[in-house]
Amino acid sequence: MYVAVKGGEAAIANAHRLLADRRRGDRALPAIGIGQIVAQLGLAVDRVMAEASLYDRSLAALAIRQARGDLIEAIFILRAYRTTLPRFGYSRPIDTGAMLVERRVSATYKDLPGGQLLGPTFDYTHRLLDPSLLGDEAVEALPEREDTGEPLMRVSDILAGEGLVEEDGGLPEGHVAGDLTREPLEFPMPRDLRLQALARGDEGFLLALGYSTQRGYARSHPFVGEIRIGMVEVELELPELGFAVPLGRIQVTECQMVNQFKGSAKTPPQFTRGYGLVFGQGERKAMAMSLVDRALRAEEFGEDVVAPAQDEEFVISHSDNVQATGFVEHLKLPHYVDFQAELDLVRRMRRDYEAAQNTDLPEAAE
Amino acid sequence: MNTANLATYNFAYLDEQTKRMIRRAILKAIAIPGYQVPFASREMPMPYGWGTGGVQVTAAILGPDDVLKVIDQGADDTTNAVSIRAFFQKVASVAVTTRTGEATIIQTRHRIPEEKLKPGQTLVYQVPIPEPLRFLEPRETETRKMHALEEYGLMHVKLYEDIARNGHIATTYAYPVKVEGRYVMDPSPTPKFDNPKMHRSEALQLFGAGREKRIYAVPPHTEVVSLDFEDHPFEIQSFENPCALCGAENVYLDEVVLDDKGGRMFVCSDTDHCEQRCASGHRGSLAYDGEIVR
Amino acid sequence: MTIDTLVFTGGFREPVFQSQSVFRTLMDCMARPGTIGRIAPAVLPPPPLGAMAGAVALMLCDQDTPVWLTPGLAGSALPAWLAFHAGAPVTDDRQTARFAFIEKAALLPSLSLFAQGTQDYPDRSTTIVVEIEAVEGGRPFRLTGPGIRDEAIVAPRGLPDLFAQMWSENRRAFPCGVDLVLTAGEEIACLPRTTVVHPLEA
Repeated sequence: MYVAVKGGEAAIANAHRLLADRRRGDRALPAIGIGQIVAQLGLAVDRVMAEASLYDRSLAALAIRQARGDLIEAIFILRAYRTTLPRFGYSRPIDTGAMLVERRVSATYKDLPGGQLLGPTFDYTHRLLDPSLLGDEAVEALPEREDTGEPLMRVSDILAGEGLVEEDGGLPEGHVAGDLTREPLEFPMPRDLRLQALARGDEGFLLALGYSTQRGYARSHPFVGEIRIGMVEVELELPELGFAVPLGRIQVTECQMVNQFKGSAKTPPQFTRGYGLVFGQGERKAMAMSLVDRALRAEEFGEDVVAPAQDEEFVISHSDNVQATGFVEHLKLPHYVDFQAELDLVRRMRRDYEAAQNTDLPEAAE
Repeated sequence: MNTANLATYNFAYLDEQTKRMIRRAILKAIAIPGYQVPFASREMPMPYGWGTGGVQVTAAILGPDDVLKVIDQGADDTTNAVSIRAFFQKVASVAVTTRTGEATIIQTRHRIPEEKLKPGQTLVYQVPIPEPLRFLEPRETETRKMHALEEYGLMHVKLYEDIARNGHIATTYAYPVKVEGRYVMDPSPTPKFDNPKMHRSEALQLFGAGREKRIYAVPPHTEVVSLDFEDHPFEIQSFENPCALCGAENVYLDEVVLDDKGGRMFVCSDTDHCEQRCASGHRGSLAYDGEIVR
Repeated sequence: MTIDTLVFTGGFREPVFQSQSVFRTLMDCMARPGTIGRIAPAVLPPPPLGAMAGAVALMLCDQDTPVWLTPGLAGSALPAWLAFHAGAPVTDDRQTARFAFIEKAALLPSLSLFAQGTQDYPDRSTTIVVEIEAVEGGRPFRLTGPGIRDEAIVAPRGLPDLFAQMWSENRRAFPCGVDLVLTAGEEIACLPRTTVVHPLEA
């Protein structure tokens, strides 16, 4: 006598109740507020905004809380929300040259107009656990840096002034920037779509790929021309009005990597560039992105494609962590029908094998 | 905080522009049977790999008069089937059923129902890897060329190598088929037992691969032939004993382990088929004689 | 009626459900060539385009789908109607058109002038919506191919005399080629590129 299991619905409902319970945790502690996450876990919020391609700190913080701090899960939640939003239009390209800069460093020059601005960085902190953070010790409040209104010259502009670095990536006349969240993917990709994919790509994956280029898998002799973090204006062109309307400011991190020079009989030797741009403060991601961008331009510069980071189809097909986590984790769904098919075949092959062994035995004895 | 309209979603979740885009892809897929139409798959509120392609296809075709059935591994009560069914009940208030015969749309993962499908029914498959040549050639740019040139030699070589090594074709599920003599197609990871049901089916068969962004189709009454060789013809799995619950023969069975002493039984993977048979008095060797609960 | 009312009225009253039911009818006809679908179009495009063709346009076209129109339609209020209700751009390049609309009694251009798709992407071809006089009562054709059990007999009235020849050329380009949607009144029928059309004696 056998009674099969039923009750998927009840099991799921109970699992979700349990999830809510564990998410809340110890009821003796106050619940964490969205504002607290935005203010005190800001870099987690920034990563979620960047990889979800949605600039909204509160919603990103909500997603982080809902995901119990699992950032890929939070990115997924925010993306699923983003996909339902209507599209009003496409903003004009942001001008990072006009950025209100909070941090700006260059590795290629000791000093430069506007200077090196360290900003709120972990760099040069000693990574010693800080007992003062166990409690709520008062932290000195700092005044905001004054907006001098003076734009900070970009390092790439300094090099471009001498013609020593290639031009800012241009697009062909009439090219409308693509959007891979609205169009099917097709290889090879134009660089605009590739950069979009990288900007949404998993930080860890890009970090590993960027690292691999430094270890000789498509080495590109990179120098950090400049990293800048700050606020930029977003503007929308309204055809009815005939001019652009400012929508507000967003924080972005831009990395311009200056790489080994190229030249030919026709073009004089000049440095090449890799580019990284992400929402919020995401320096590691922007740097890794710029290394991978440069590696993916191999064919453009007539370099041999020999390393994973240079392989566009490989990189872009596997850089999206929402896709990757879904497909890896789907292996835990029931597969017993397929498994049964394999089980049946293996048993059959075992029988054939054993039968063959048995018929072989007398010969072996001879 | 921008939360005013967080909870308002369109009928069947997708916005109308997305539905139009998917509908256009479906029409082209029907017009070119077995060809994988690229589409701009959307992020869905369930993970990639968990049926987002099938869910998008279902959402694009679903209307208020439809009756939806969702199965996973042939069963209506597997957790992911329950979850997808609940999703459509929530976002489309659609009528649902477990009865194959009553459904107008059946979304499935890994099985084709045992009951013969009827005209007017649409079977929507969830597809993880739509490209039948993917495991022979990982590059999309290459496999696209192979389909364009109808260059399927690699697939035959692979199947033949199986025979040389094992004496059998060692593909037991996701067994490649040729559609209407032109495109080699992945039937999704259904056991090859189900392949013959695709051939000249009365139902429209739609395939959605969300993560891989492809939609393809087999219209009704369309030739679907499993690849094979003259000296090694295509064969489906057969089972020694009938279903232990309902006694059905010539159906696909799941193996259920009963104890730690090697005890096991085989029962229908298609839970609706089994229930229907039990309800009409069929009994297998281990049938429970009280009320049938599955 | 003023041009403005022609342009700003006549869309789906309930776009979500009405376009869904038009789609299901069309999908069923595309999947089963020879089947005649019947449904209230629920839209009112500016003349000379008929209601059913207008319903197909609003159901499938938007800013992503350049639409080609016959001179008769391009000169009507239809481009503005499509722009207002669907956001669909009109193109005079048949090779980039995702959809084309031919009103009743207008000349059906050679099918090979429209986008055919490529061997790599045969789906990138034009879907042509042709208004005919009636789905019945014309010269009979026998249809075979995917979606058809054995054969289907149809007799659309209002197709060009040389239609069977035009179609067999289209058929030969498979997997490339155009797909046809025929509309008349509240009726609709489809010819996907896979369908083989055999002329019969009337």
